[in-house]
Amino acid sequence: MTGASVLYDVPGPRAVLRNRILGVITVVVVLVVVGFIVYRFQATGQFDATRWNVFTYTLVWQSILRALWATVSAFLAAAVGSLILGFILAMGRLSEHAWLRQPVMVITELLRAVPVLVMMMIFFYGVNSIPGIPFKMTAYMAVVVGLVLYNGSVLAEALRAGIEALPKGQKEAGYAIGLRKSGVMTLILLPQAVRAMLPVIVAQLVVTLKDTALGFIITYPELLYYAKFLSSQQGRPLLQAGIVIGAIYIAMCLVLSAAANWLEIRTRRSPKLRNHVPFGGGYPRIHEGATVTEVIAAQKSTGRLDDR
Amino acid sequence: MEAITGNLDLWGQAILNTVWLFLGGGIIALILGTLIGAMRVSPVPIARAVGTGYVNLIRNTPLTLVFFFFVFGYPKLDLPDLSFMTLGIAALGIYTATYVAEVLRAGFNTVPVGQAEAARAVGLSFGQVMMLVIMPQAFRSVVPPMMSVFIALLKNTTVAAGFSIAELAALRATIADSNRPGSMMEILLWVALVFIVLVLGLSALQRHFENKWRIAR
Repeated sequence: MTGASVLYDVPGPRAVLRNRILGVITVVVVLVVVGFIVYRFQATGQFDATRWNVFTYTLVWQSILRALWATVSAFLAAAVGSLILGFILAMGRLSEHAWLRQPVMVITELLRAVPVLVMMMIFFYGVNSIPGIPFKMTAYMAVVVGLVLYNGSVLAEALRAGIEALPKGQKEAGYAIGLRKSGVMTLILLPQAVRAMLPVIVAQLVVTLKDTALGFIITYPELLYYAKFLSSQQGRPLLQAGIVIGAIYIAMCLVLSAAANWLEIRTRRSPKLRNHVPFGGGYPRIHEGATVTEVIAAQKSTGRLDDR
Repeated sequence: MEAITGNLDLWGQAILNTVWLFLGGGIIALILGTLIGAMRVSPVPIARAVGTGYVNLIRNTPLTLVFFFFVFGYPKLDLPDLSFMTLGIAALGIYTATYVAEVLRAGFNTVPVGQAEAARAVGLSFGQVMMLVIMPQAFRSVVPPMMSVFIALLKNTTVAAGFSIAELAALRATIADSNRPGSMMEILLWVALVFIVLVLGLSALQRHFENKWRIAR
């Protein structure tokens, strides 16, 4: 950041002074808020050793690991399932046959509109309350099915957007060299769309991971459920359990988010995708901080604006 | 049909609570989100760092865990008593604020730097640059994603069901526990239908705005 921004000019002496004062105010406000929370923790004895005692037992950590596996296994199953469903729904929506395209469109829209938690409840409480059904849905199955249906429909939309944003010539060229519909899709359109949409797909996987915590509400014994259980143990370490489990969630999500960011940067730098802007483009600023001139220079070097 | 007509009072209460969560959470999210968004684009490095830290921390925490801290954790700190409803609204607001901040930041970044530079070059003040040049352009690219944030907020109100707040997703438990008419499946499907109608309505509105304010560049 060299100071070039839409919002403000490169600061002069007065602005520098003002910014310093604002910086001090920010620090003071943050310190007051954090300090107050720490003070309340201290005043209500949340830092007492008895409250943290449960975390010294190996057994507790073994249970945390088991709960972590419950979260991760639900996430992995949901991730794979929603990717498969996403591809199927995206293909359906792009079909040339109206009898296939329109129902798939309605289904995708409906799945996207229902809250994930309500979906999980339908498959857990709803299905199990139907009199005389031959099987019983476990909480795990309900969590996975709910996540797959919702995230599958979201991924389908992302893939469709990725394919529709590709230049029309790609498809036409595929047909021109004699490929069939399936060949054009699998050999030409999908590889490009998946590449361009990879950051969006990974970002959606972060959402999937976070949403496994909804399983807590339908009594799936995952991490948060175990945190609630711990809070009834000796010392009643509710906030402590929340902090420990929260740190685990944040660490897992940060790893996935970092992967998404890394992919996004790599995608932006890839020369193969330089001329392809997903979502139809808009304003050609590559990233925040870059000026238009930089972008034009970059595009010139790839021969996009060679008339200048 | 019995599931609705036999429980009209509960349905009314549940829809009202969902609307309260949505509006309350939405207002907190807008105010806090604007503040955080402004911090993230400000010329003060510390404010930027604080904004980034807040967004990264909350965005990578499941909403259920945020609710856990507010609804179960807050009463442990011996602070003034607040109802579950109030705490739920606070949790939703603080969670959604990160998304509002990100939408605003992205919106400002879509305005070409040259626009502001030109405005400053002709001698407009900071207020004039913002009100006359940047805001009108940023606003257009902010509205559609902002609607998406609020659609997500509406769906997220259901998380409150796990925290003793009697909104739509909690209706199943309330009705089943009190021997009212209607099976769990029936009630859940009706709840899903209510959300479908609300969400599709908001999506239609979003498309309308999107077409109305499409930027021709």
